[in-house]
Formats: sequence, C-alpha cells, structure tokens
Amino acid sequence: MSELPGDAAGVDEAIGGDTQEAPTKGVSRRRFIKIGVVAGAGLTLGVTYKVMSGPGMPATDATFAPNAFLRIDSDGSITVMVGQSEMGQGVSTSLPQLVAEELDVAWDQVAFAFAPAHPAYGVAGGMQVTGGSTSVVQAWRPMREAGATARWMLREAAAQQWGVSADQVQMREGLAIGPGAGQRLSYGELASAAATLDVPKDVPLKDPSDFRLIGTSAPRLDVPAKTTGEAVFGIDAGPPDTRVALVARCPVFGGSLRSFDASAALAMDGVDEVVEIESGVAVVGSGYVAAKAGRDALVIEWDEGEGAALNDAEISRIMEEAVREGGKSKRNDGDVDAVFAAAGDPIQATYRLPYLAHATMEPMNCTAWVRDGRCTVWAPTQFQTAPSIIGGGSLQVAADAAGVGVDDTEVHTTFLGGGFGRRAERDFVREAAELAGKVDGPVKVIWSREDDMQHDFYRPASYHECRAVLDADGMPDAWRHDIACQSILQRLVPGWVPGFGANLAGRSDPTSTEGASDQPYHAPNVRVSYAKVDLPIPVGFWRSVGHTHTAFVVESFIDELAHAAGRDPFEYRRDLLGDHPRHRAVLEAVAEASGWGSAVPEGRARGIAVAESFGSYVAEVAEVSVENGTPRVHNVWCVIDCGTVVNPAIVQAQMESGIVYGLTAALYGRISIEGGRVVQSNFHDYKMLSMRDAPRVEVLLRPSGDRLGGVGEPGVPPIAPAVTNALFALTGERVRDLPIALS
Amino acid sequence: MVNFTLNGEAKEVNVPGANPLLWVLRESLELTGTKFGCGIGQCGACTVLRDGQPIRSCQTPVSAVEGTEIMTIEGLSPDGAHPVQQAWVEQQVPQCGYCQSGQIMSAVALLETNPAPSDDDIDDAMSTNVCRCGTYGAVRRAIHRAAELSAGASSTDAGGSGGDR
Repeated sequence: MSELPGDAAGVDEAIGGDTQEAPTKGVSRRRFIKIGVVAGAGLTLGVTYKVMSGPGMPATDATFAPNAFLRIDSDGSITVMVGQSEMGQGVSTSLPQLVAEELDVAWDQVAFAFAPAHPAYGVAGGMQVTGGSTSVVQAWRPMREAGATARWMLREAAAQQWGVSADQVQMREGLAIGPGAGQRLSYGELASAAATLDVPKDVPLKDPSDFRLIGTSAPRLDVPAKTTGEAVFGIDAGPPDTRVALVARCPVFGGSLRSFDASAALAMDGVDEVVEIESGVAVVGSGYVAAKAGRDALVIEWDEGEGAALNDAEISRIMEEAVREGGKSKRNDGDVDAVFAAAGDPIQATYRLPYLAHATMEPMNCTAWVRDGRCTVWAPTQFQTAPSIIGGGSLQVAADAAGVGVDDTEVHTTFLGGGFGRRAERDFVREAAELAGKVDGPVKVIWSREDDMQHDFYRPASYHECRAVLDADGMPDAWRHDIACQSILQRLVPGWVPGFGANLAGRSDPTSTEGASDQPYHAPNVRVSYAKVDLPIPVGFWRSVGHTHTAFVVESFIDELAHAAGRDPFEYRRDLLGDHPRHRAVLEAVAEASGWGSAVPEGRARGIAVAESFGSYVAEVAEVSVENGTPRVHNVWCVIDCGTVVNPAIVQAQMESGIVYGLTAALYGRISIEGGRVVQSNFHDYKMLSMRDAPRVEVLLRPSGDRLGGVGEPGVPPIAPAVTNALFALTGERVRDLPIALS
Repeated sequence: MVNFTLNGEAKEVNVPGANPLLWVLRESLELTGTKFGCGIGQCGACTVLRDGQPIRSCQTPVSAVEGTEIMTIEGLSPDGAHPVQQAWVEQQVPQCGYCQSGQIMSAVALLETNPAPSDDDIDDAMSTNVCRCGTYGAVRRAIHRAAELSAGASSTDAGGSGGDR
C-alpha cells in the first residue's frame, strides 16, 4: 500500500509549499493562500472532504495539486470543479447543485469545469471514476461540505469586516448581508479576505427541510453548449495540427500480430507513418480519411490463435456445460434439494442472452501528445485515477504507455458522447498515449464505428436455468437459479495476488449474479449459483451490468410462476414482497399509474417488472402490441425510488434514457461471434431504436427518503422483462431468449 | 478545388473531391459541431443542410456541394437564439449531446418545410437520427415548441426566422 499517494510531503510539494508538517488539521492559512496563487484564480477554496487533509489523500503531481471542488474568483465567478465525467447523466449539473445549495448562491451564478485527473477527486473509494450510478451518492456529502465550508468562511470574513458576529450575517444568493445599513458584500468581494482564514472542519450542513435548490429541476449547465456545437467531446479536443491515426487490430480475440507490409499505405497521399503498437498497427495521417485509407491498405498477417474456432453455438455449449457441472453457490437458503426431491416435476425454464456492444454515439477516441518527457491526454474517459494495485485509471495508464512518470502526465476529461461503461475501460487511452510516445506531435486515435463495435468490452452472454416448486397456495416453496457467464471482474482485478483475478474475483464475481442472488421474492428455499466460464471475448460493464440479464430472468421466471399459479402477475409479486417494502411501493405505484387491471386497448397487453439496482428501486409497466409479427411497445410507465431526488428532471430523463437503452437491446441487441470475431459492424446490423419505435414514457418519482440510490443505470433492468411479460399476456408465447424473436 | 458557401461565407477547399464533407468541415474548416457517428449514413449525427435540405455529410463527397449553400450547427445563430436551439434549451433535450447537432439540423429542415408538424410528421422526419441516450420524447416536445416559437416570431416580425428562403 506504500504506493498509494497521500504523504504530507506530496501535499506540500503539490501546493508549492516548503513545510513538512502533516496536513491533518485542515489547511493552514499560508498553505491556503498558496493554493490560491497556484490556481491563479483569486481564491480557491480548497475545502474539506480530505482534499487537503486526512489520510490517503494525495497529491503527488504538482501540476494538478491546487485541487478543490469549488473556486470563487474575485470577479464573482463561482466554478464547481466536477471530478466525475459528464456522459449525459447530468453530473455536471447535479454535483454543482449540491455545492450551490450549501453555498447559498443563485443557480445562474454557478458554472462548472471538469476537474483534472487527480487522486484528490477520488471520492469513489479512492478512485476518480464515473460508474455504478454512484456520482451523486458519493458526492452527496463532500460536495455539500465544500459549499457549506466556503459559505462559513465567506460569512466569517464579512463578519470580521463589519465587526459583527457571524450569526448577524445573512448569506443569500451570493451576497453577505450585514445588520447595518448598506452592509452588503458579494462572495467575489469577500473571496480574498476569506482566503486568509483557516479552513474549519465539520461545518454543519443544512437540514433537508431547508433545501431550496436540491430537489428542483435546475436547468442543466451543459445544455446550452450542446445546442450550438460548442461542447467539446473527445473527438473535438486537442491542439491545432493534431494528426489522426487509425489502428488495425486483430479481428480475432486473443490473436496477435505476425507481420505487416505498410508499403501500399505509405504510398498514399496524406499517410505519414505506420507504427506498430501493442494493440496492432497504427497508421498516422493528416486526417481521418487519409489515415483510414492507409489503415485499410495495410497488408497484415495475424496469428489468430486458438480463438479463431469460436462461434455462438460453441459458446452456448460451453455455458450449458458449465451449469451442468455446477457452479459456486451464491445463496443457499433452506434445503432446495429436499423440496425438489419430494415434489413432482418442478417448473423449469432456461434463458439465453447474447453479448451486447455499448455503441456509444461517439466512437472511441483519444488524443495524446508526448514531448519533453511529458504526456498530455485529452480523453472522453469515465475513469481518471485509481490506486496502482488495480491497474490505475487513465492517468497512470497513459503515463505507463507513454513511458513517462505519472507526475509528468496530465489527463483532460472532455464531454463524453455516451459512456454506458465502455469508457470506464482504458484501452483507448493506452493506445493513444503509446502511439504519441512513438511519433512527433499530438495525435488523435479515432476508432471507426466498425472498430468500436468489433473491439468492445461486451455485456457477457449468459445462460440461465431456473427451477421452482410451488406450495399448495401457488407460492414458491423452492427457487433455484443457475447462471453461467464470463466474469467481468476477473480481468479488472489483475494479478495483485497470484490467481486472485481468476480464482477469487472471477469465481465469485458479484456482477455476474447481482439481482439474482439477492432476488427479493419470498421463498423458504432458495439456491443461486454461478458457473464462471472462460472465453477470449472481452467483457465489461454495460449499463446496469449483471442486472441486464438477471432482472430479465428473475422477472420473467416470477411471471411464469404467477401464470402457473393462476395469479395476476402484479398481485403475485406484491404478495411475495412483504420483506421488501421499497420494491413493493414502486410496484404498487406503477400498477396504479398504469391502470393495471383496467381495460387495455384492443390488440394490446401489459407486462410488469420491478428491480432494485445501484440502490434504487424501479418498477415498469410496458404496453405492447404485435404488428406483422414484430413487437411494438406503445407506452411505458416507470416509478423510481432513489431515496432522495436532487434534480427531478434529470432523474426522469435518466429513466427514459435507460428504458430506450434497455428496449433497444431487448428488441434488437445481439453481438454474434463467428470465427472468433464479431459479426456485426455498424448500425445497419446492430440496430438502434428510432424515434418512431420509441414508446411514450411516463416517469413518476416516489422518493422514500431512505438511502440514496443511483439513477444512471436503474431504468434499464425492468424494461426487457416488462415487455416480454406483456408479449406473453398478449400472445401466450413466453420469450426466454433475447433479443426478442416471435415465432 | 471545391467552392461552396458555408454558413453564409464563401469557402474554397483544396481536398480530394471524393473526401466526405463531414471531414472537410471538421478537419479542414475546423467546425467540429458536426459529428462523426457511423460513417455510413445510418445515424444522422453528421446531418447538415445543403440548400436547406438535410444531408448526411459522412456520405456526401465534398465535390457534391460545389456551388451550394451548406449550413452547419455553427451557422444557425451567433448566440444559440435560433428558435430550434431555444426550444432545445427550454425542453432540456440533450443528455450526452453528441447526436444533438444532427437532431437540431434535421428539426430545422423539417420546420422549414412544415412549420406545424404533427407527431407523425416529426417521426417521419426524425427517425433516421439516432439518439443512444433516448431523448426522443424531449426532441418531439422541443420541435413542437420550436414551431410555436417560430410562429410567434413570424406573427410579430414578418418574415421571421427562416423566412428568407
């Protein structure tokens, strides 16, 4: 653990200091002023949440050291530094909202900037990462503390200036207002005085009943720039005269480069150079068209390796065999075997789900420039920093690939044209940084759509066997669910301890069974197992991860049991959720909102599903018809309990977004493997839901005030089973394989 | 050498005529608001207007815009005040935002020919613009709102926005 940054010397160096005392008592005045100087921005309120104090908090790189969540300039501008990545989920609004609430400023006084990649922003368990629907959950306290502490200091500065006690000073909309006539100072006017004060600790936060901004649909701060073309995404970033590179990668997973002939490519106009890198062969040119033409003109011999024999049928066979051989128990309540032995034929069903690509609208790309021993990266990344024991974030990966030190590397996060988990990978950053280390000048590696689709980290394909025995009342007595799929964590938790990834993280990978091992329906006897399979297909986090398959299976199978019991699927679920009031509350609310049980338009039917994921509880009802053999989803009702709502409009948008994302997968999504490579290549054969086929979505927020949950992902899991359950209600045909194909 | 009008300004570019307009806009002319999504005309992220008609710039050789008027997102207004942009802000349409330049240009083209489109008209015009974030409902609302804003502008200011065609 000694590699973890966090020593006092690091902090001092970072802020240009010359003292060596451990900064455990907040930031001293001297140090605080230095931060402001380094920031060059009037006052940087380097407040709280262990940013400049406390164990494990960092700063090994002077360039990024004056870090903080909040900057107030003497010109009055208030900038919230957002350490999380904006990929559409609204984090560049919701996080500033948390700061602004406690700071007592008007919303139109607040701006945001993306924070640099720096361990100081590692609010997610020491990592600066945007994933797992955690941003607001993780930021809830530190961002509010940042605002509250700054407000406290500004008020103190005003009180001292006027010779009054701080409690005589009111703070309102960026103004300190004193008891005397004309005693009004803006935060900007107070900034330099506030900077001379010691940073207090444990400043009290507002009582939620006093919130004025949290809980309102404050307009998104990123929207104006996204309507004018000004928003800078990764593909738009970088210095002038940046050259463009495309990379030829082995089409077969697990294969490698044997040899290549670049002469035809190099003869082409606009092609500058051809460089071998770890992931393949990079062609650098003056622009995308030239670099792509050059890339396509390469003559390459790949060593395709053993993976070249792999195809979908073989993958299915391997997964089925893994289940037959038995997996690791992930839950074992009661005695499932005894019930099955005593009962007659159980209710059985098998479900199969395919690999899925993320297909972010912005294909992968990254820009890097290595010069004078320094590496600068512009990246649309979800993952900036992490301790080296788990491989580091983009910052460390870029440094390693470029062959420079982390202290000599900087990563600028751009807007992300979609993330969905794909951009939590670091492959595209590694590639650009490595290439930049081998060529002169800045270079932008752009992936074609085909590259992006065929070299993803896919949602794992999975195979599920479910069995149940019902009691005399039709309720589940025994529930068994056996799952086979690849492990995501196995790759992400590398060889820190020998065999750790494959044996520990992999075999018990919770992302393979989340939503299944903790399925909420009451049954005295429950067994859930996981059989890890090892295949060369790269797998990764795909919006809502394990819940993408487990919610489909659990919510399909409970629907099958309701049918077998002759019960209404809503009432059956409700009666089995006695121990899970938050599930039950959203389920009941969505039934009411959708008019469950009332007449459905001719030719249509409704299906229901509920799932908890990432701390939020979401129930959805889908209303479907079948037109010319094709399912059509007309309406979706959605109810979410995410505990507390920071920005209702953003939560509603995220639910609608998750529904469209999940529905796209349910209706069309399949990545097929033939000859060890991906068959699909672009949107013509990996279809996207269009406006015409998108349902009308009604979202209701039912925050319980209970523990805070995420919103980026939880809209996804219930939609596929809600739709297939509706199709069953309409046609009597049970869809057990995705994507949906009606007979 | 290809000559065309870009956002009201005469441009001359010296690139191979077969090069897609998309990359000429983004790389030669440094207007990066128009986005690369698929390269095969399937997603609409690269939509721009040629003489008022929406085209997929990734599938349009630059030679095919010789002598025409091209409008990109950057040319809609100097300050985001075009009724469609206003409506987009009002309805808080964008999420990740990557497809939105294309969505907006398609919407502008629709409203030019159909100032009061029905939902069905909107679906027809917009269903080849993919949004992976699922902003479709918001896009639909914003187009209706933009129609209202444009109608209001037209009634108080004869000619109004887009009335010069």
